[in-house]
Amino acid sequence: MPQSLAQKIIARASGRSHVAVGDVVTARVDLAMIHDSGGPRRVEPILKRLGVGLHDKDKVVLVSDHYVPGDTEEGAAILQLTRRWAAEKGVTFYDGEGICHVVLPERGHLKPGMFVVGGDSHSPTGGAFGAYMFGIGATEMAGVLATGEIWIKVPETIRIEWSGTLGPRLMAKDMLLAMCGRLGMDGGRYQAIEYAGDTVRGLGMQERMTLSNMAAELGAQAGLIAPDQTTMAWLAEHGATDLPDPAHWQPDIDAVPDELHRFDAETLVPQVAAPHSPANSAPIDAYEPTDIDVAYIGACTGAKYADLKAAAEIIRGRTLAKGVELLVAPSSKRDQDRAADEGIMKVLEDAGAKVLPNACGICAGYGSARLGEDVTCISTTARNFRGRMGAHSSKVYLGSPYTVAASALAGRIVDPRDIGA
Amino acid sequence: MVFPSHRAFVLGDDIDTDALAPGQYMGGGIEALAAHCLEAVDPDFASSVQPGDIVVAGKNFGMGSSREQAAQALRHLGIGAVVARSFAGIFYRNAINLGLPVFVSAGDTSMLRPGDPVEIDIDGAALVTQTGRIALEPLPDFLLDMIADGGLVPHLEKRFAASASPKETAT
Ligand code: SF4
Repeated sequence: MPQSLAQKIIARASGRSHVAVGDVVTARVDLAMIHDSGGPRRVEPILKRLGVGLHDKDKVVLVSDHYVPGDTEEGAAILQLTRRWAAEKGVTFYDGEGICHVVLPERGHLKPGMFVVGGDSHSPTGGAFGAYMFGIGATEMAGVLATGEIWIKVPETIRIEWSGTLGPRLMAKDMLLAMCGRLGMDGGRYQAIEYAGDTVRGLGMQERMTLSNMAAELGAQAGLIAPDQTTMAWLAEHGATDLPDPAHWQPDIDAVPDELHRFDAETLVPQVAAPHSPANSAPIDAYEPTDIDVAYIGACTGAKYADLKAAAEIIRGRTLAKGVELLVAPSSKRDQDRAADEGIMKVLEDAGAKVLPNACGICAGYGSARLGEDVTCISTTARNFRGRMGAHSSKVYLGSPYTVAASALAGRIVDPRDIGA
Repeated sequence: MVFPSHRAFVLGDDIDTDALAPGQYMGGGIEALAAHCLEAVDPDFASSVQPGDIVVAGKNFGMGSSREQAAQALRHLGIGAVVARSFAGIFYRNAINLGLPVFVSAGDTSMLRPGDPVEIDIDGAALVTQTGRIALEPLPDFLLDMIADGGLVPHLEKRFAASASPKETAT
């Protein structure tokens, strides 16, 4: 029986030679990722009730990102609890180093063929590295931490093929918003997405991460990209060891996906999602020109090194529109450092950008930069649900870093292709 | 194992988590949520449902948000099981982890009328109606055990209590 990539990984994790769609199996978890919000404070009471510790502390990575920098009483208390728990349990802990979905791969924790759970809904990000990674709630996470295993129903596979080369000023974010616009937010009914095609193979790893990240918005359980030389080179560079042969983690050539969608990169134009759903995505001219107050370049989805670089390409030598605030919260310390070394941070700061901590910040609705009443924002984040980033009356449009940067210069939503090189 | 006969509550496709656990009652705890469970579809649901009654629905049951209260509300009302043509993935996980039996019907349930007596034959993986049997996708024993124990946490409690006892050997 030909197997999809999801089936191959689940079969290996459950100790079988193969699994069929719909099978319910128990799988060994290779790694569990937790963060300060859904992690220790929520799982520890359950572990106490069970009267057990961690099944294997070496298979747990903890990241503080939601409540960093801890500038409220509540946030500070949660961070303190998180730090104590990390020390007590002896787990790998990245404290204030960036957002979990970006920190894990950048420290070499994810590899093709791994079966990974994360205590966060954007956990599909790990699929960019050929790992089957999905999000679970705190109760299930406590179960994983206690037993090292989890049950899973083998999902159907949706194959999404992109062909052709992306034009200038287009990014993975535009691809994803186009998919949300066409397929809707429940386009994936908890299936595994396999992104494929020459467009996807042509993307760098951080761009691939954006695709996998927003598999969550498409309603999928996982968003896989089969590993290739780009994957393996990136992993080796980021300290991953004992790398598998990527040939081992490809879908079988004769595996037939349960659904197939084709997209054309050549005809893609910049996409924007209107409030209050990523499914409200349309070609940018549908929302041009909408006046904006805040431009936000942040989140695991949209403030990685590649995103910062794209924004700087637009902003270099230009100034922000009067009255517009540009907020930049780089996804990780490492990405920010690299961007600083290359002069990218300076370009953004010289234009007047306010740089925020390497944390979820207002994407999770935290911090003093939360959007005020009636504020209109254009953002590189993944979700624009009502009230998520601030006041109930605030409005959030989603776009690529190019589009957000261009709009910050214009004071309204504009096509980044209209800004000269 | 055959569940005793109970009434069927028959619902359509795409019953969402907001119908199961209405957003405006989220602050009121599970009692309040359960009291308003499914009122948007059937205003009398919460007041007329009897423990053990079976919800029979169409496609994509439990679509929407990941809120666990959607499954909890049904369980709180004593619903014996939910049978649907398909479930939204996160609801399906939540239901089983909270001890609510959920079964995918492999056959057509559209002939069922509200109030029809039905029962679930777990071993035979079927919904038994007055006129025949509708096949259900079987659940593996380990999940049936988890459901019987009341969900993931009570199930693990039992497992760890057993392995902590010196007389028993952990499996
Ligand atoms: S940055 Fe936003 S989307 Fe990413 S993990 Fe944090 S809250 Fe979630």
